[in-house]
Amino acid sequence: MLEFFSFRTIWEYRSLFQEGLRNTFLISIVSLFLALIAGVLACAARLSGWRGLRGVSIAYIESIRSTPLLVQIYFLYFGLPTLGIRIPEIQTGILALMLNSGAYIAEIVRAGITSVPGGQIEAGISSGLSYFQRMRFIILPQALGVTVPPLLGQAITLVKDSALLSMISVVELTRSGQMLTSERFMPAEAFFTVALLYLVIYFFLKYLSGWSQKKLIFRET
Amino acid sequence: MQIFPFFLKGLWMTVLISGASLILGTLLGFLLGMLRSRKNRLVNPLIGFFVDVMRGTPFIVQVFIVFFIFPEFGIQLEAFTAAVLAMTIMGSAFICEIVTAGILAVPKGQWEASSSSGLNILQQLRFVILPQAMKTILPPLVGQYVLLIKDSSVVSAIGVVELTRVGWLTVVRIPEGLMVFSLVGALYFAISYPLIRISNSLERKLTVNRVSL
Repeated sequence: MLEFFSFRTIWEYRSLFQEGLRNTFLISIVSLFLALIAGVLACAARLSGWRGLRGVSIAYIESIRSTPLLVQIYFLYFGLPTLGIRIPEIQTGILALMLNSGAYIAEIVRAGITSVPGGQIEAGISSGLSYFQRMRFIILPQALGVTVPPLLGQAITLVKDSALLSMISVVELTRSGQMLTSERFMPAEAFFTVALLYLVIYFFLKYLSGWSQKKLIFRET
Repeated sequence: MQIFPFFLKGLWMTVLISGASLILGTLLGFLLGMLRSRKNRLVNPLIGFFVDVMRGTPFIVQVFIVFFIFPEFGIQLEAFTAAVLAMTIMGSAFICEIVTAGILAVPKGQWEASSSSGLNILQQLRFVILPQAMKTILPPLVGQYVLLIKDSSVVSAIGVVELTRVGWLTVVRIPEGLMVFSLVGALYFAISYPLIRISNSLERKLTVNRVSL
């Protein structure tokens, strides 16, 4: 097979891969940003004193975590029109990714907040630190070390998850591979290129995650 | 079209694919994990690279590569076989990481003690190291099974008629998207949620044990 591997075809279709890569970037960044907001809100609801709110948040988090993302995407893709809501596929996809990652981020943020023992906050109060000083010097340095590395892990997951939007014909990286496959029937050229491009993003984020772990983890002496 | 039998068939296919690749993936994953924990200078980077490639690419791309590219080498695969193969390979990479972490968490003295008791490497792993490592391995392993079951939905892309594909085939004829995929979701929930609870309770139990030691 290798002697038939056509680099020329890949080069010929470079604009297709470029468009796919650009959309994968865009979709991932927008969804990650929205998912952070959704996750913080869901986490706040999860930790709130009001039982109804807590119940809604738990139901949301658990139902997202127990069902496949693809089913969630189809649920919105086929479900929203029956409610009379018609939005472009890409927005449906971003909505699905936001809701999905939001549930995981809610759990990550919760683990970060609950990782700081209550006694430290009390100690901060009795040392006369203000709310912002306690946040700046006691809670955030410890909570960030617990939160940022798994958040970067979630970013990696999100980039890979965005590949599933190809199933509702959003033209992102995987879809561009499918398009090349169906036009020229060159699956090897198409999907090895796609996989390589995903790997580049993965190694960058992995490097970032390792770096953040070194920088942020609070070391006990 | 009878809807319920159709859904049950899809559910059965999901269970079958997940079950087969879960068993095969666990075997392969443990093997790779044990090899990796030896920290061999030649084998370790190879396994590390394999794990990175599996973790760094979307599962759907892996499925397409297995399904479309094996035939180019003259190996014809049915969609079902391709699905189980892709899931096994992907699952083994993640399980390998879990097993390696578990084995490395066992104190070094255990290796030394068991080797000076005259056990060979397989006996050391079998009787001394793995039983202790299982405490660290088990909770994330069950969590990984949940991920595998959920990922099995992706093989609908190559036409395996499992639960998600059944939902898709149904919704094309009966345009009730919310209802159809609520039902599909509920069936996945029925399998995954108990496993998530088991994983959580294992984590709690096994961690408490360690603290009390």
